[in-house]
Amino acid sequence: MQHWYMLTLVGKDRPGIVAHLSAALFDGGCNLGEASMMRLGGNFTIMLMVEFDGNTHALQQMVASVAESMGLHLHLDRINAQLHKHLEPDVRITVYGADKAGIVARITGALAEAGLHILDMDSSVAGTADKPIYIMQIEGHAAEGVDSLQSALNVVAEKGIEAHLEAIDTMIG
Amino acid sequence: MAKLEILTYPDERLKQESVPVEVFDEELRGFLADLEETMRAGPGGVGIAAPQVGRFARIVLVDCSVTRKPVPNHGFMVLINPEITEWDGMKVGREGCMSVPDYTGNVIRAERITFSAFDGDGVRHEYQCEGFEARAVQHECDHLDGMLFLDRLVSRRNDLFRRKVYQK
Repeated sequence: MQHWYMLTLVGKDRPGIVAHLSAALFDGGCNLGEASMMRLGGNFTIMLMVEFDGNTHALQQMVASVAESMGLHLHLDRINAQLHKHLEPDVRITVYGADKAGIVARITGALAEAGLHILDMDSSVAGTADKPIYIMQIEGHAAEGVDSLQSALNVVAEKGIEAHLEAIDTMIG
Repeated sequence: MAKLEILTYPDERLKQESVPVEVFDEELRGFLADLEETMRAGPGGVGIAAPQVGRFARIVLVDCSVTRKPVPNHGFMVLINPEITEWDGMKVGREGCMSVPDYTGNVIRAERITFSAFDGDGVRHEYQCEGFEARAVQHECDHLDGMLFLDRLVSRRNDLFRRKVYQK
């Protein structure tokens, strides 16, 4: 019986990890679902949905040797996969400014109260070591409308932090 | 009128080129009515191209008068043998397609286009469109050349702040 698992791998980045990993999974009889790989602060991170005809232990064993050979830590969860049911974002928020603690908590806190369901979020620390800047992009669903989010954003916006919101009007043709 | 079946990728037929319409007759107008019904039955669909229902003729319908948020539009347009002649400006926008269920992605399109097309009676018209409507026309015309928005996907991230910079 096929089961879906969420496989998370973290470690030092180097070229070829995705190719090596996906080949090992394919050779082991796995099918891949949705995946997201990001390089965060020079670290390789990936989360991928893996469909496998076996139990957690068997999959863990199969992936462990590959992960170890590439110096990656792994985490495996059995999941309930929901494919073909994407939630579509209808709002995009970009925030940037001098990097300081608390920006994300304050802004996402206000937006969550105003009905934001974050579907996709990523952030970078750019600039230089002595003048770091924080840049965050969020896509989400505005359950209480985009205006509600804009009002919330106006309240939490502060000097030195730029926060912009725009509706995503998806054209279906 | 009858609702037609929509071809969905990976149906290879969506990748084929459509041929110009040469006869403007009752059969064609009957098909246009069916195509319109099919477009209106799709959730949120503002456009449709004939190849999406398996008729490989250069026919496109667009109606941006029904969007959730009002946009500049020409109402319901029947565009037969459309020819885009001018493209101006570029903008990233989100697109989805009735032939590609459960996926949307960012695509760069011209902001303003000039084009000509024949109507169902074989009369040629000139149009100028902008924004959302221009995007819809370009998306549908792509279908006539076997192109899907998947062929034009750009990074989810690459429009960061661009618009704001232009506005300042």
